[in-house]
This record gives sequence, C-alpha cells and structure tokens, in this order.
Amino acid sequence: MSDLLMNTAMNASTDTSSRYYVKEHHPKNGSLLGFWIYLMSDCLIFACLFATYAVIGRNYAGGPTGAEIFDLNLVALNTAFLLLSSITYGVAMVGAQNRNLKRTLVWLGITGVLGVAFLAVELYEFWHFISIGATPQRSGFLTAFFALVGTHGLHVFFGTIWLVVLLFQLKKHGLIVENRRRVMCLSMFWHFLDVIWIGVFTFVYLMGVLP
Amino acid sequence: MSAHQHDHHDHHDDSDEVHVSMRDYAVGFVLSVILTAIPFALVMGNVFNNSVTTALVILAFGAVQIVVHMVYFLHMNSKSEGGWTMLALMFTLILVVITLVGSIWVMFHLNSNMMPGMDHEAIESIQQLK
Repeated sequence: MSDLLMNTAMNASTDTSSRYYVKEHHPKNGSLLGFWIYLMSDCLIFACLFATYAVIGRNYAGGPTGAEIFDLNLVALNTAFLLLSSITYGVAMVGAQNRNLKRTLVWLGITGVLGVAFLAVELYEFWHFISIGATPQRSGFLTAFFALVGTHGLHVFFGTIWLVVLLFQLKKHGLIVENRRRVMCLSMFWHFLDVIWIGVFTFVYLMGVLP
Repeated sequence: MSAHQHDHHDHHDDSDEVHVSMRDYAVGFVLSVILTAIPFALVMGNVFNNSVTTALVILAFGAVQIVVHMVYFLHMNSKSEGGWTMLALMFTLILVVITLVGSIWVMFHLNSNMMPGMDHEAIESIQQLK
C-alpha cells in the first residue's frame, strides 16, 4: 500500500510535461475576442444614440437647425484627423509586429497627437455652439446631437488617455507579449471609433445640412 | 518572472497574433479617403438638387466605408477566432438594424391607426367631408 502511494507520488513529481502545459494553456486570443465583444456592446450604445437622433434630430423647437450651425469645413478637418490617425496607428501596429519599439512609440505618439487635435476641434465646435445659445437643453435636435457626438468624443478622450498610458508601459517594459496585446486592443478601439465617426459625419453632419 | 518563462510565452503567443501588413493599411486608407471625399464634395458642392438623392447616395458611401474599415483596419474575416468575431458582429448588426429601423418605424407612424374602428377608407371619407 505504501509502496503504491510512493509510486504515484513519484510519478506525479517526475511527469511534469503534460500537466505543466495544460495549466499554462490560454484560449487562443481570448482577450481579443472578449475585447471585440465589448466593442460590439459599445456599438449597441451608439445604435441607441443614433436611433434617438433619427427620431428627434429634426425637432428644432424654433431653435437653430443643423444647416444653420454646422460648419462642414471643421467636420472635414476632424474627419481628416481621424482618418490620418487610423493610418498612423496602422504604422505603429506594423512596428509592433516587427518588434521595432522606437517606430511603435513614435507612430503611437503621432496617433495620440491627432486624437488630441480631433478633441480640440470638437471642443471648439461645442464651445461655439454653446456660446451662440445652441445648448443641449435648447431643442430635441441639440440634445440628441450633443448626446451622440459627445459620447463619441468621450470615447476618443478615453482612448487618448489609454494611448498615453500605453506609451509609458511600452517605454518601461518594451514590446512584451502583454504590451503587444494592449497595442492590438487599443487599435481595435481606435478603428472602431473611426467606424462610428463615419456614421456621425454621414448621418448627423452631412445629412443635417441638406435642405 | 524569469527570462525563460518570457521566452516561452512569447513563442506561444506568436502563432495566435493577428498578422497585419502595411499594404492592407495603405489600401484601406486610400479607399477611405476617396469614400470620405466624395460625400463631402457632393454635399458641399450641392451636386444633386434633390436632398433625398444626396442622402441616399452619401448613406451608401458611408456603408461601403464602414465595410472597408472593418476589413482593412479591424481585420475582420470569417476565420478569425474560429468565426466567433464574425458571429458576434452579425448578432450585433441584427440588433442595430432592429434598434434603428424599429425606432424610426414606430416613431414616425405614431398617428397611424390611432382611432379604433377606423380604417384607411373611413379616414379618407371624413377628410372629404371637411
């Protein structure tokens, strides 16, 4: 009996190969799929905000209309910032894939600057609207507008904070597997915000100024 | 964590990582610049006199551009994660369509069928009386 016990104990201690790897095994890209599902739920939030805008976006209550207050040049500028930031993030992704830390840092930094530029223009636009009396409480149109565009802007803001944090993490630890995963997740977040912005500039701004 | 473990981890995860290429990003960027510039030009240049036509055309451009971003920037394909990302996307798209179309349909037809016992002909005959 004791002999048997000793044998099993010995077997367990010597046979480390299979047990060890089973314990270390992670599901394939588990966090990327999880992050994707988060993005999809975020997409539903934006769907609700778009639906709200579709329903009350033309209720001006005698206040300013989209055609009166929207400045398409500013919107075009903002769209250009976001589109450029997509390609610069792409360059950073290729840099991370090639384990080129400096290239990743530089291009992530440029992406962050473009994100800040986008936020600056959007804040200027909001400030301008509020200063001419087009505040969120003025009409249903403005409520829906600030809710939708503001939520998108808030996402860009938090994405920029995440990007700055990631720059420090990369600087400290380099392109380790955890950091590459973070770069990948933020890239999905960033490009997702770009997709939402396509909906915003098409549905809110361009269709808003149509007579 | 020891250096050995790091190496092991690195190697283990390499095979799982999504492969990205500069060419994909460049193609996606050029396409999205074109697909953005055209709707802006259509609206700012007032190309069509009809608002409905313009709206439908720019919505179509927007939809195409979203697909371009999904494919070239978000690397969507039916094989990644064993098809689970695509499945999640499909499910989300169905919910988005229900949310958008449902809200618009309901909210713009609030006045339809409001009076019990009144069908379309009855309403029309009342309107003719006025």
